[in-house]
Amino acid sequence: MSEWRYWFAEQKGTLLALGIFLVMFIIYTSNHPAGFTANVVQTASNKGVLLAFVAMAQTLVVITAGIDLSVGMIFLLTNCLASWLVVGGPVETTLGVIAVLLVGVLCGALNGAIVIYGRLQPIVATIATGAMYFGIALLLRPFPGGSVNEDLADALTGRLFGVIPASLVTLLATVLIIWVPFSRSVYGRAAYAAGSSEVAAYMSGVPIKRGKFLAYVLAGLLASFGGLFLTFFTYTGEAAYASGNAYTLFSIAAVVLGGVSLFGGRGSVIGAIFGAFAFRTIGDLLFVFDLDPLWQPLFQGVVLLLAVSLGAFALFRVKNRLEWFG
Amino acid sequence: MDTAPEETRPLLHMQGISKRYGGVRALEDAELVVHAGRIHAILGENGAGKSTLIKVMSGVVAPDQGRIVLDGAEVTFDSPAAANKAGVVCIFQELSLIPELSVADNIMISDPPTRFGMIDRRAQRRIAVEALARAGASDIHPSALVKDLPLSRRQMVEIAKALARKPRILILDEATSALTAADVSKVFDVLKRLRSEGLALLYISHRMHEIAELADDCTVFRNGQKIATYKAGTKSDNEVIELMIGREYQNVFPPKPAPNAAAKPILECRGLTWTDRLTDINFTVRPGEVVGLGGLDGQGQRELLLALFGVLRGCTGQIVIDGEPVRLASPAQASSGKVGMALIPEDRKTEGLMLPMTVRENLAFAAMDKVSKHGIIDRQAEDRLLDEMVKLLAIKTAGLEIPVGALSGGNQQKVVIAKWLMRHPRIILLNDPTRGIDVGTKQEIYQLLRRLADQGAAIVFYSTDYDELIGCCDRVLVLYDGAIKRELVGDEITEHALIASALNIDVAEAAKMARANA
Repeated sequence: MSEWRYWFAEQKGTLLALGIFLVMFIIYTSNHPAGFTANVVQTASNKGVLLAFVAMAQTLVVITAGIDLSVGMIFLLTNCLASWLVVGGPVETTLGVIAVLLVGVLCGALNGAIVIYGRLQPIVATIATGAMYFGIALLLRPFPGGSVNEDLADALTGRLFGVIPASLVTLLATVLIIWVPFSRSVYGRAAYAAGSSEVAAYMSGVPIKRGKFLAYVLAGLLASFGGLFLTFFTYTGEAAYASGNAYTLFSIAAVVLGGVSLFGGRGSVIGAIFGAFAFRTIGDLLFVFDLDPLWQPLFQGVVLLLAVSLGAFALFRVKNRLEWFG
Repeated sequence: MDTAPEETRPLLHMQGISKRYGGVRALEDAELVVHAGRIHAILGENGAGKSTLIKVMSGVVAPDQGRIVLDGAEVTFDSPAAANKAGVVCIFQELSLIPELSVADNIMISDPPTRFGMIDRRAQRRIAVEALARAGASDIHPSALVKDLPLSRRQMVEIAKALARKPRILILDEATSALTAADVSKVFDVLKRLRSEGLALLYISHRMHEIAELADDCTVFRNGQKIATYKAGTKSDNEVIELMIGREYQNVFPPKPAPNAAAKPILECRGLTWTDRLTDINFTVRPGEVVGLGGLDGQGQRELLLALFGVLRGCTGQIVIDGEPVRLASPAQASSGKVGMALIPEDRKTEGLMLPMTVRENLAFAAMDKVSKHGIIDRQAEDRLLDEMVKLLAIKTAGLEIPVGALSGGNQQKVVIAKWLMRHPRIILLNDPTRGIDVGTKQEIYQLLRRLADQGAAIVFYSTDYDELIGCCDRVLVLYDGAIKRELVGDEITEHALIASALNIDVAEAAKMARANA
């Protein structure tokens, strides 16, 4: 029994994010003209997966008590790159995909190297690198264009067995292949430890630098997953500055909705994924209620504020005022 | 164990260690010889070089000069991890636990068991449970988050974590200062067992009776140098303290004046109750009185101070100041001029000071209204006031523009006290203010408290150190399970009576137990 209590306390943020998402999604589908159909789910999942990947990337960095303002730009850069490279026959396409992911890894590694070995503030370092990544993206695609291997694109954005969205399956596979091993490895724990109390972690002989570096590298990789998927949906590459910035900011919103502490050391990628889907669904709610799209940003902001406040309700029950600041 | 240590090869020999921080000499040609199977106490005032010596030994700082010989071979440790690998494990005074991780994660933080490259949580948990049991702390759940544990439990986790690393040399730096009396005796049993298993233990503590009970050898440091090494029990407490402070030792505690029963109480507590942690607390404090809060750690003493200071919500009962019932809903109200309360907090690092900010900034916050007119700060008045405070408390600092974090623990605590004294409080609440502070500074704090009381302040003083309660207080309220179990006045305040009422048992029975133990 008490074991459950500890598990619940640990997963509270993730469960809350799941709850918010479910409520939003039920409201959405029950008011959708087509209802809960494979098609509606597929569209929702395809849209959500993009932000989910970027939010996962953000989570890894936030866990180390950092923040990555370049994730949106890595997402754009890899999109532009994929629109050049992920084309042609199976061999060419495969090599193209590998190259795109490798660029994501390099971007993450550069961020990590600057923050960890150069000892720069993450916020400053990633603003600068983000601008660089966008600059390269712009050189690659001064105008929207390019193409992608459409067979692969359709397979990954379609449905498996006619029901399950393939993008969702990819997302799940990413969680299993990247997140689960990372979070359970010594380095993953080093990332958490560094985020929670870097001094204590150092004194305990934890490999903080390698743990943090790995977190940044994987963040780059996950953002490039997002970039690939963007290419699969749009069949083109586009260096859209506003879109890159929006993804960066939305990823932070998704992370907070997902119960990941911005102070570091707490939260999981799973929560951030639910956070990302919940955030996307908020935007779609307006569509089913047939409201003017002009209202969307205002509405999205209000709902986000309410959702984030849910986590703060616990503070009203606090009897010792010092806990407000803990 | 009766072999004279000189005849066996030392396990660890530190030779000619020197270390400077900027212009400050922390260690000068220091020497230490440690033998397996013995508990070696290191004594010295704060700033004597003990902490630096330990940091050198455990790989936190690199010495400027000197060599470390471990088991006959010279070693250099470039990180705590390297020292751990060689079997030198330190339990630091500043906790090295990671708050957001679970107890089990923390115990196995540096070298967890893995399977297929991933941490094997089941094995980790098993080892953690064993380590907790070895440390005598089986009551701690391995899945609990460290940040949810009280200080004394965290310290036990810290000890379990050190044990799980299978050390050959275990260093305890003020490791018992946060522990309850019951835990201390458990830890002592553990340490004695480890000694019989052949470990070398280095024990740093400011509590003389702990050293008397545990140590086989003692080394005294002063001003960064080794002053003397001797077998435990061959010197009296007074001789030891003279070695430490390098001058004649006077009585630590100032004399207590005769109580003034005629004075009207400043502070009165009527039926104060808060959740299940405080039950029906009634007491009064008159000006000029030092009232101690005693009892085992965690029996509601801290909560009582916080409740008085307006930090706790949902208190029932009355707090009466100068005969008038008041409602204190925040520290700002409690410390306002009319009430005039001050709380010297337990954790000076988070509740008392802003470490990265300078001495000036830390002090000036508290006295802003005293040195400003119409919102504009009079820099000269501020300088005068701050200089006066630094002198009054003999704060050892290279200047007002030094970050508080760079001062020693004792001097940091003086800054906290100075901060509050500048507001001329009439009611001073102290939450274990001398934890981890050297003898010299403690003595200064005792004298300061008595002086403030003589000037008419009412003082409520919580301490985990019985000697302090006996030496400083006119009366002691002993708390047990959130209620006042006994009030000891004047000569009634003895170690026996304190312990007996802390454990909520009969005094006669306690005396019997003491005899049986002796």
